[in-house]
Formats: sequence, C-alpha cells, structure tokens
Amino acid sequence: MGDVFKALADPTRRTILDELADRDDQTLFEICGRLAMKHQLASTRQAVSQHLDVLEAAGLIDVRREGRYKFHSLNRRPLEHIADRWLERS
Amino acid sequence: MRIYVTSVLVDDQAKALTFYTGTLGFVKKNDIPLGEASWLTVVSPDDPDGTELLLEPDGHPAAKPFKAALVADGIPLTSFAVDDVDAEYERLRALGVRFTQPPTAMGPTTTAVFDDTCGNLIQIVHVAAA
Repeated sequence: MGDVFKALADPTRRTILDELADRDDQTLFEICGRLAMKHQLASTRQAVSQHLDVLEAAGLIDVRREGRYKFHSLNRRPLEHIADRWLERS
Repeated sequence: MRIYVTSVLVDDQAKALTFYTGTLGFVKKNDIPLGEASWLTVVSPDDPDGTELLLEPDGHPAAKPFKAALVADGIPLTSFAVDDVDAEYERLRALGVRFTQPPTAMGPTTTAVFDDTCGNLIQIVHVAAA
C-alpha cells in the first residue's frame, strides 16, 4: 500500500492515470503524446517510462504484451482498497 | 534543398509493395534492380510528382532490433497526412490492418497508429484548420 501513495504523490504520474482512465491499452508513444499535447508536460520518453515502472510496481497499471506491442491500462483495484480501508462504514 | 525521398525499412520488398499500394493506396513510381534488392519507391496518387517513399530492405544487422524497440514502445517513425483519420481507420481496419492506437484527438491534431506488416508502425495525421 505504501507504494500506491508514493506512486500517487507525483503530479505527472497522476496525469498519466487520468489519461489511462480515458482508454485502456495505450502505448508508451500515445501516453507521451497525450502528456505533451493535452497537458504541455514535456517529460522525456525515458522519464515517462520510469513513471510507468513506478505505477506498475504499485499495481496501478497493468502492462500487457501482445505480440511485438506493449500496452498499458489503468488498474483501479489498489484505489478500491484505499476506499475499503477508510470509506467503508459498518 | 528539397526532400525528394524518405525511407521505411521493410523486411520484404514484395510484401511491402503489396501493402503500400494494395492496402494503403499509394502507386509504384520506381522499381530499379540494384544488386539483390531494388530501388523501390511509391508515391501518393494525389501527388505523383511529390516526395517518394523508398521501401528499403532492413537487412542491416542494426535495423531489426532498432525497429523492434520502436514497435514495442508504440513509436511510429513515419507519418502520412490524411483528410479524415476516422474514415481511414475504418477503411484500413476493414482491410485487416492492425492499429496500436485508434483515432485520438489531441487539440487540433487527430492521429492513429497502425502496423505496416513489414516491421514498422505508421502514424496517420490530420490537423484541423485553425
């Protein structure tokens, strides 16, 4: 769970999650394009790739290899665990 | 100085010619035997005297790992302009073309990315008039 909060602490990583919420199965190229074109975030491709590694380690994104392609999707489950922990009332 | 030719590195020239003409709709301009390969170019039927696209063999040992790394990250090295990205997406999908990115609007620019079956990703682009 600690990894989730660390992953969410970075504004660029939150923006990546915002964009992945728009559609599953995005390539690194598409994510970089969305950050640059829609959010004027001029992160290098390498920096975005590192952000994706952090998000994947926290379980917030799923990375799927299909043939020669690699796609990224939002995984909401860790966020649901946060809701369960504090927002569920018995 | 002008740009008269630009290249895509293809794994098979005959297959590439079929895809770039039969599927995409370009027309063959030059096919000049050069050793074991050809100087093989296509042009847009809308601009037959415009920039030629060279379908160049990817035989150099560095080419295949380079191409594979770009494809894994979804990166298209080559872009073509279209009038309607959504219409091209539907047309090409009906022909069995695999897209790694469906039409996506980012500001005035709409793009989509597809696999050319020869080891490359290609972007199609439309920029709306301001």
